[in-house]
Amino acid sequence: MATVTLREWNITSRRYYGLLAALGALIALGAYAFLQMEHHGHVITGMDNQVVWGMPHVFAVFLIVAASGALNVASTASVFGKAAYKPLAPLSGLLALALLAGGLAVLMLDLGRPDRLVVAMTHFNFKSIFALNVFLYTGFFAIVAAYLWLMLERRLQRHARAAGLAAFVWRLLLTTGTGSIFGFLAAREAYDSALLAPLFIVLSLAYGTALFLLVLIVASRWDARPVSDALLARLARLLAIFVAAALYFVAVFHLTKLYMARYDGVTRFILLDGGRYTALFWLGQVAAGGLIPLALLFHPRLGRSRAAIAAACLLVVGGGLAQMYVTIIGGQAYPLALFPGMQETSSFFDGEIHPYAPSAWEVLLGMGGTALALALVAVGLRVLRILPERLDDKIIDALEAK
Amino acid sequence: MTDRRRFLELSAAALAGIALAPGIRLIQVAAARPLDAPASGKVRWGLLIDTSRCGDDCDACLSACRKENHLPQGELRRTDAQWIRKVAVKDMRSGSARQVPMMCQHCAKPPCVDVCPTGASFKRADGIVLVDRHICIGCRYCMMACPYKARSFVHEPTTGQNPEVPRGQGCVEGCHLCVHRIDRNELPACVEACAATGRKAMLFGDLNDPAAEIAQRIAQVATAQVRADLRLDPGVRYQGL
Repeated sequence: MATVTLREWNITSRRYYGLLAALGALIALGAYAFLQMEHHGHVITGMDNQVVWGMPHVFAVFLIVAASGALNVASTASVFGKAAYKPLAPLSGLLALALLAGGLAVLMLDLGRPDRLVVAMTHFNFKSIFALNVFLYTGFFAIVAAYLWLMLERRLQRHARAAGLAAFVWRLLLTTGTGSIFGFLAAREAYDSALLAPLFIVLSLAYGTALFLLVLIVASRWDARPVSDALLARLARLLAIFVAAALYFVAVFHLTKLYMARYDGVTRFILLDGGRYTALFWLGQVAAGGLIPLALLFHPRLGRSRAAIAAACLLVVGGGLAQMYVTIIGGQAYPLALFPGMQETSSFFDGEIHPYAPSAWEVLLGMGGTALALALVAVGLRVLRILPERLDDKIIDALEAK
Repeated sequence: MTDRRRFLELSAAALAGIALAPGIRLIQVAAARPLDAPASGKVRWGLLIDTSRCGDDCDACLSACRKENHLPQGELRRTDAQWIRKVAVKDMRSGSARQVPMMCQHCAKPPCVDVCPTGASFKRADGIVLVDRHICIGCRYCMMACPYKARSFVHEPTTGQNPEVPRGQGCVEGCHLCVHRIDRNELPACVEACAATGRKAMLFGDLNDPAAEIAQRIAQVATAQVRADLRLDPGVRYQGL
């Protein structure tokens, strides 16, 4: 009978602490950026009263969306009963928790008054998607942590399936909440669509699976743990389906907007004459984040190559960040129409495309949060029995046969 | 003797006057809402702005607002707060143009209040939409949600504040109709300044009171709400749009 043993990450101490030191340096830079923003105010960032959410939100929303998608492999194992993925479910849970922690850290440290976090945890307006998200995020931590524990504690493993189902439902709610932050903004023409909730769910599947594959490939390689090529190829095909679905939702989203005359301006701005936003949309989001990974993953020969899969995953992550930039910042750069159809000008920059250039502080804060997520994964892998000792073809076949 | 009696009479009258005057003053003040009483839900404060009376080069309302609320003055940057601005609106087909003073529209159904996670953005019973500076966490979601771009974020440390209008780095703020003045039975600073120019383009009052001038004008002349299509029912109405 095939048994898969999960073991602590056994890379050399030098490599482990070297990795933590590198990530720690990025975290320290992020913390320094936060202190600067806290001390001087947001005046030192690229954000202003026109573009109110900037680079920190690009990183934070990306990480939060990816977090729910990282749970995908665990859901496939527990909820959809795919035995081959079961040994990877703990890694999936750990990555989900770490990404959410990193994303929320960035979001929180970008607040105008981060010292009032306790206010955000004690005063709730239940009509606010943000307030609901506070519960969705904390609930996700609790449910996924419990799920991870049930998977890792041998005596309780029979309950893991139920926890996996709860986590699966919760992650759908969580990403619906994240997409709705934008979807429910009726006055912003770039958003104002219920499609944003399912779009974000599909995006989360793509981002999360790409990050999961990257972490799996690197973590196994560093510790010389065999992973079945067939299994990776299957995960890569799954990623390809998510990437294609994401492209489909993006196409439908923009086609709906194109069809309605009142959205002509903003759709033209994103798709045609928005300068860097148009470039990021077509080259970053669509080509680098969609078409090229699809070509790599569906290629008969390259699709089996580990390097090509890793490259496709990196492209999906890069394309995802481009997509968040176009969505979040491009959506604000296009001005609000107070008097639709009229030309507007004012001292408050009405009626003009709002310029935005991220400051180094914002980028450092976002990278600090990303480094925090990766450091949490590294520590988790090292101290917990997360990563399968060996997951070669023989073991996968045996798992599937069971 | 008569002089002495007259002196005593006058003194008594003066003393009585000194003693009674504060009482009379108190009676006047009592007509304003006592500070410990809640705002009345029967009142809905609003503005009627006649754009045809608004002067192209006049900025009396803007400077009065900045002075009253100690907002940034001079050359304004993209990060500076602007609670009221004049939007120049031009119809490119006909060429017709208007200057529209634009501030928080004090919606009956304010999106900023809906989206605020902590309830810092709130609507007072008398219709004034404002920010509770004690529980605003500076998330800026209200700025994303407001269709009128009425809110500003305080991007840097503030100095020289008006004690009645506290401002602070990291919080969101916007026009509160000079709530501190309204509670003293005074007009919002912009309305007072506009009246002082003689243009009288801004009229403040209780939209719910049929006897109020603002309600009567709205009943008589054609007025409009900006982005009425969003059905937020703003408390600021415009004439001559």
